[in-house]
Amino acid sequence: MATFNFELVSPERQLFSGQVEQIVVPGADGDFGVLAGHAPFVASLRPGILTIHGDGQPKRLYVRGGFAEVSDGSLTVLAERATPVEDLRADQIDAEIKDAQDDVADAKDDATRSKAAERLGQLQSLKGALGTIGATH
Amino acid sequence: MPSLKDLRNRIASVKATQKITKAMQMVAAAKLKRAQTAAEAARPYAEKMEAVLANLAGSVTGADAPVLLAGTGKDDVHLLVVATAERGLCGAFNTSIVRLARERALALQAEGKTVKFLCVGRKGYDLIRRQFDKQIVGFIEFRAVKQLSYAQAEEVGAKLFQLFEEGAFDVATLFFSKFKSVISQIPTAQQIIPAQVGGDATATDKAPYEFEPGEAEILSDLLPRNITIQIFKAILENAASEQGARMSSMDSATRNAGEMIKKQTLKYNRARQAMITKELIEIISGAEAL
Repeated sequence: MATFNFELVSPERQLFSGQVEQIVVPGADGDFGVLAGHAPFVASLRPGILTIHGDGQPKRLYVRGGFAEVSDGSLTVLAERATPVEDLRADQIDAEIKDAQDDVADAKDDATRSKAAERLGQLQSLKGALGTIGATH
Repeated sequence: MPSLKDLRNRIASVKATQKITKAMQMVAAAKLKRAQTAAEAARPYAEKMEAVLANLAGSVTGADAPVLLAGTGKDDVHLLVVATAERGLCGAFNTSIVRLARERALALQAEGKTVKFLCVGRKGYDLIRRQFDKQIVGFIEFRAVKQLSYAQAEEVGAKLFQLFEEGAFDVATLFFSKFKSVISQIPTAQQIIPAQVGGDATATDKAPYEFEPGEAEILSDLLPRNITIQIFKAILENAASEQGARMSSMDSATRNAGEMIKKQTLKYNRARQAMITKELIEIISGAEAL
């Protein structure tokens, strides 16, 4: 299968760089897959699971805040937080959910509230998804 | 004329000081290495962010541009974000950043603008408080933080956005020290709100991107992130500069202590010899008198 260059960068360091076959990115409007030869594309991320299909087992990482960019046949994901799913602790997500709940409660106008509520929903569905993964292992 | 005991004590104390400064220099050297690696590791993210932003900013202009990019339309109230170190003993590092900020503040005030300060780092806060106590709107310190991370930049960014939303200022400028080398750190002022996006955003070789969701949404999502990234970059540069400045100032302190020890030792030996000579003369003249 054709491969392309993928980079995952967080503000603190570069987490992944190399040739991969497919990446599934949690976009703001839904997950999307990127294969070699994708058209130039920019999308913002929602908190979710990014999957790297390369050699061997697919790698799964939790990413939050940032965006993905496809240009010149390579994909770059800039994420404020990126943690391998194995290292992810439930209390971490719980803390973020609580944060989001506070945001919903504190929101001064409708726009911020709907934004915070959206984020809360995303986080809760993520928690649900993670729960099922834990069960299948 | 100090006694021999006084001289001995003084030499001992200078030696102890020299040991401390030497140790501080070595610690700073080790920390500098770490700070530099951190600054380098943060570079790809910032660069990529800038590239995408420049691309986006070119296509979203005019009335629908976000406030963070276009500004509030005024420049009456300036916020100076002054990032300094938590600790002293690093030469002119803190003073030179504060001096740059103070000069800018006085120049702005002479033009009849209002100036406010957001202090990041205790040392700068202490220095600015002397002159502009009432104009300080916020103070953030990282005293308890061992390893600077993105969370600190987020903290500063959150404070900044909160002030901006309250309409507390129109223009924000960030003051920090750029790390050039161990002996040279350049105090720098960088405007962060309204955001300044790389020069020729209208370049013709712009890739025809598809956007999801729209360009405007992505842009308004990215601008705050970009500002936080700029702050993060500044904090890291500052950390490297601080250690560099401390290293060179401790190096010269160690050298000064060495010189002082040499001088004092010479004085001590001279005094000791003079005393021996004096005692000998006393004994000899005593023997002759017999």
